[in-house]
Amino acid sequence: MSASVAAGSAGALTVRNISKRFGGLVAVSEVSFSVAAGEIHALIGPNGAGKTTTFNMIAGAQLPDTGDVLLDGVSLAGLRPDQICRAGVGRTFQIVRPFNELTLVENVAVGALAWTDDLAEARDYARGVLELLGLGDKKEARPSSITLPDRKCLEVARALATKPKLLLLDEVMAGLRPTETDRMVAIFKKLNADTGLTILLIEHVMRAVMALSHRVLVLNYGRLIADGKPEEVTRDPEVLACYLGAEAFD
Amino acid sequence: MIARVIESASPRALALLAVVTAALLIAPYLVDSYVLSVLIIVLYFAYVGQAWNLMLGFAGQLSLGHALFVSLGAYTSAALFIKFGVPPVIGIFAAIAMAVVAGCLIGYLGFRFSIRGVYFALLTIAFAEFTGIIVDHISWLGASSGLFLPVKNQQSNDLLNLRGSPTMFYYVILALTGFAFALCSWLLNSKLGLYWQAIREDQEAAEASGVPLFRYKMIAVAISSGLTGIGGVWYAFYYNNLFPETMFKTSQSVEIILGSVVGGVGTLFGPILGAFVLTPLGEILTAATDGMHLDGVKSFFWGFCVAAIVLFRPQGLWPWIYDVLGLAPKKEGKR
Repeated sequence: MSASVAAGSAGALTVRNISKRFGGLVAVSEVSFSVAAGEIHALIGPNGAGKTTTFNMIAGAQLPDTGDVLLDGVSLAGLRPDQICRAGVGRTFQIVRPFNELTLVENVAVGALAWTDDLAEARDYARGVLELLGLGDKKEARPSSITLPDRKCLEVARALATKPKLLLLDEVMAGLRPTETDRMVAIFKKLNADTGLTILLIEHVMRAVMALSHRVLVLNYGRLIADGKPEEVTRDPEVLACYLGAEAFD
Repeated sequence: MIARVIESASPRALALLAVVTAALLIAPYLVDSYVLSVLIIVLYFAYVGQAWNLMLGFAGQLSLGHALFVSLGAYTSAALFIKFGVPPVIGIFAAIAMAVVAGCLIGYLGFRFSIRGVYFALLTIAFAEFTGIIVDHISWLGASSGLFLPVKNQQSNDLLNLRGSPTMFYYVILALTGFAFALCSWLLNSKLGLYWQAIREDQEAAEASGVPLFRYKMIAVAISSGLTGIGGVWYAFYYNNLFPETMFKTSQSVEIILGSVVGGVGTLFGPILGAFVLTPLGEILTAATDGMHLDGVKSFFWGFCVAAIVLFRPQGLWPWIYDVLGLAPKKEGKR
């Protein structure tokens, strides 16, 4: 697969002071962080901590009440999700959302059409991305006939086909077997190393978080309580108390 | 494009298509005037069904107000012809414009303010109904007593003015049906078609993948309403009379969509097959109950048909026939 992005050149994400309130519930409260171009950061935290809401605000699916999101220093405020996608942010959904009546190639080609008007070119590119994610022999199948781990891969393939500078992965390893997790981790490591793709992932599978991330961000009750190297964060007493529990590292 | 379609189809499907096309081309020389009149109605519903199917079957936007676009096309071209002597070959452009403007207005309101699904369908019904009420009060358009085109016996067919024999109207609607089929087939296999299907399947996922929802839904409603408006022009000049009381009614819209629902929503052959099944059955029923004063029997029968289809063939008849006749090409492809 060829990529349009030179290593380390783009995909820097800056999140400044974003908040989101649903009625009386503050889902995300004044969260700020940044992901340097070409890095992989993990966003972890207990259920309901505001991880997916944070993703939705970055991808434009939900408008932040306060704050700003910047990609390579340019504000994404006021852009629709499709415009943010074309600006270079690809995303997956926590609960997979394939186009069920379309073949795998067509599913992924929809993503590739973000940068080309040529359907044949989009389909060719889609085939390449499917090969890369190990779905090469199921290209003409429909999503309903493949396994859940494969559908997770399809979700990633569709996002990758848009040629993102920044990839947002929402729990793509959940429900995968350890060997499948390792395969997925290897793919992201290779993509990151080869193309400089910046990745922000929400993940509960610590095996993947530890193997992939340069830095780990921890959300709890909508607040960012830690931001550091994986080995630092996992020793942070506040993080241990709120979320992981000491037994997670026994 | 055509070469690709032929390449991807199975020989059996191509043979069937060739036979049906040939039969339709020579039909006026083989059948009597009654059967011809039934075939004409069949093709009319195949045509407008195809236009409607583009919106729901391809792009996932349910319209229950397509009678509005037929009526606008019909009234526009008929009024231009009667009042100003503008031939339909020119009036058709005004007719298309009227239908597209109305479609885009409804689309803008619906898509801009995120009115979805059945609520969008209600919006389309409302526009059709209140436009009907307005026309019902415009005396220049004949108001409730109707708008009539001058009918005179003429020996020759005048294609530019759409005046002539049933055979001429048959070939015009056959050409329109062929054109709509070819256009929809081409659109479905283009970037536009893939984007529409993505929107139909999951619009949030489509938007996150870079699909501008509003623009592509507007294109769908514009093409669908424009095609339907063309059907309205043909309707006006074939029937020669237009009454707001029937033209704009939801029952008209339902008649337009019924063929596609029975034949298979989202398929290219569904609207055509559905029209060929429903219209003759309705005719047979009307003839069988003639003089028995069973006024609602056709509606009852159609309700029964739809219930049966939804129960036993929820995908419509076409996908089922497609499998039964073994029309699938070796490689998996589009129906």
